[in-house]
Amino acid sequence: MSKVLEFLLRGERLSTAEMAEVLRVAPAEVEREYERLQEEGILLGWMPVLHPDRLGEQRVSAVIELKISPEREGGFDRVAQRVSSFPEVQTCYLMSGAYDLLVVVRGATLHEVARFVSEKLATLGGVLSTATHFLLRPYKEQGHLLLTGEDSLDKPAVSP
Amino acid sequence: MAPTPSSEPATAVDRFLAHHVVDLPRSGIRDFFAIVAQMPQAISLGIGEPDFVTPWHIREAAIYALERGNTSYTDNRGLYRLRREISRYLARHYGPEYDPDTEVLVAVGVSEAMDLAFRAVLNPGDKVLYHQPCYVSYAPGITLAHGQAIPVETGADRGFGLDPAALRDAWEPGCKVLVLNFPTNPTGGTVDRATLEEIAAFAREKDLLVFSDEIYAELTYEGEHVMFSSLPGMAGRTLLLHGLSKAWAMTGFRLGYACGPAELIEAMMKVHQYSMLCAPILSQEAAVEALRNGDEAVGRMRDEYRDRRDFLVNRFREMGLPCHLPRGTFYAFADVSPTGLDETEFATRLLHEQEVAVVPGTAFGSAGRGFVRASFSTSFRRLIEAADRMERFAGARAAG
Repeated sequence: MSKVLEFLLRGERLSTAEMAEVLRVAPAEVEREYERLQEEGILLGWMPVLHPDRLGEQRVSAVIELKISPEREGGFDRVAQRVSSFPEVQTCYLMSGAYDLLVVVRGATLHEVARFVSEKLATLGGVLSTATHFLLRPYKEQGHLLLTGEDSLDKPAVSP
Repeated sequence: MAPTPSSEPATAVDRFLAHHVVDLPRSGIRDFFAIVAQMPQAISLGIGEPDFVTPWHIREAAIYALERGNTSYTDNRGLYRLRREISRYLARHYGPEYDPDTEVLVAVGVSEAMDLAFRAVLNPGDKVLYHQPCYVSYAPGITLAHGQAIPVETGADRGFGLDPAALRDAWEPGCKVLVLNFPTNPTGGTVDRATLEEIAAFAREKDLLVFSDEIYAELTYEGEHVMFSSLPGMAGRTLLLHGLSKAWAMTGFRLGYACGPAELIEAMMKVHQYSMLCAPILSQEAAVEALRNGDEAVGRMRDEYRDRRDFLVNRFREMGLPCHLPRGTFYAFADVSPTGLDETEFATRLLHEQEVAVVPGTAFGSAGRGFVRASFSTSFRRLIEAADRMERFAGARAAG
């Protein structure tokens, strides 16, 4: 793994200049590495990790299990691709087990998500059935624990 | 010879206090801490513990033990499972083999283990050699056990490793114990195998018992960490002191251990059973998990410390403050003499002018004169900010 990527994955936000400083390379070199990672499709994008409930906007998420029928040519890929193309769909995985696609959908209201599932997903050619599970409460978001204690850690500022 | 009080008791209660306690100096760290505590917004590089929280699987093991109702005393020596795990861990990583039945003692941190060791072997007036700058409690620990502390200075010229010639010069009749701490807090000093063997030969020549505090063993960034007890012929006269605080980020668990010759462990156990009884059982349960399954987490933290070290040491050098590359620990020990300030002035003014806390080297003994200890156990963003501020402070003064 490249050193730049290693630092990114530690999750500490460093500017290009700061990253260059800690790696002791020129900032341009860090930029080049970002470009390479993106060109090679390793780094897909930059997205902040938000607390799902603290943005002040209403947002509803649902996990949907889709059963689909595989096609003679291409298997699950074509249907999965069509499902994934909806901007409402955040994540789409092919799964082993009782259903085929696991889809995470986000919308403004319960109603909006429900309508999206019944009108857009369920009606797609090749989709056999859907089961929708609405998210009630988040506890961990992309590696970040959301239930943190109120008490500050009483660590001494200077210790031997 | 027993020390005498330096002055007449000042208050009514003072007259009850033991002379050797009255004469004990206050820790320089505590004095400085009092100042930093007034400035909560300051960036502190004064922290002698990991900034990482204890890995979850270790915390979870402690919680599970609590859920099961494991809240009793344990064997004075510690849980057998833990002693066996310590023994396996040391053999797997560093070579020496200890019998969990007779050669391992679990204690409340290396601090307690070291205290037990002093109390187990020192008769009043026995002399103990130790290298300095060093962890703050060695000399007071010796004094409290009625021993006499004999410092051997280490310097930047040897990367704060111990020079066997300096050790020989410091030796005097009556020396019984040699205390070693590599990698060293506060300097990050280490010594290579050849030098350790010279020190070992000296210990045999002078019939010294060696207390080797290797709490930073896992936080060694270059080369192998050589356990002193693994050197040929040294197991029989070496007490290894180690613990979970640093590499596993478990300072608050207070869990350390001592491994060495059965007779010595037995003597320490006697002191331990009458004073501490046993280490807390929840910490012992957590330690079992840490030693069994903690290698990966330790490696991850070590990698991050190494990156931070490289950054901070380079920044010190670039701002005109010489700093040797510490091969272990999470401390950089920088020479602030180019600023024209002594270490205490430097630390105090840096704190007031730029709100960055570092610890004056003399908190770790007189050989820390002219140096400050800066811990890189903090995030990169804070390290970068602290380095920028130190550069503004020191750069201008060092340029002249």
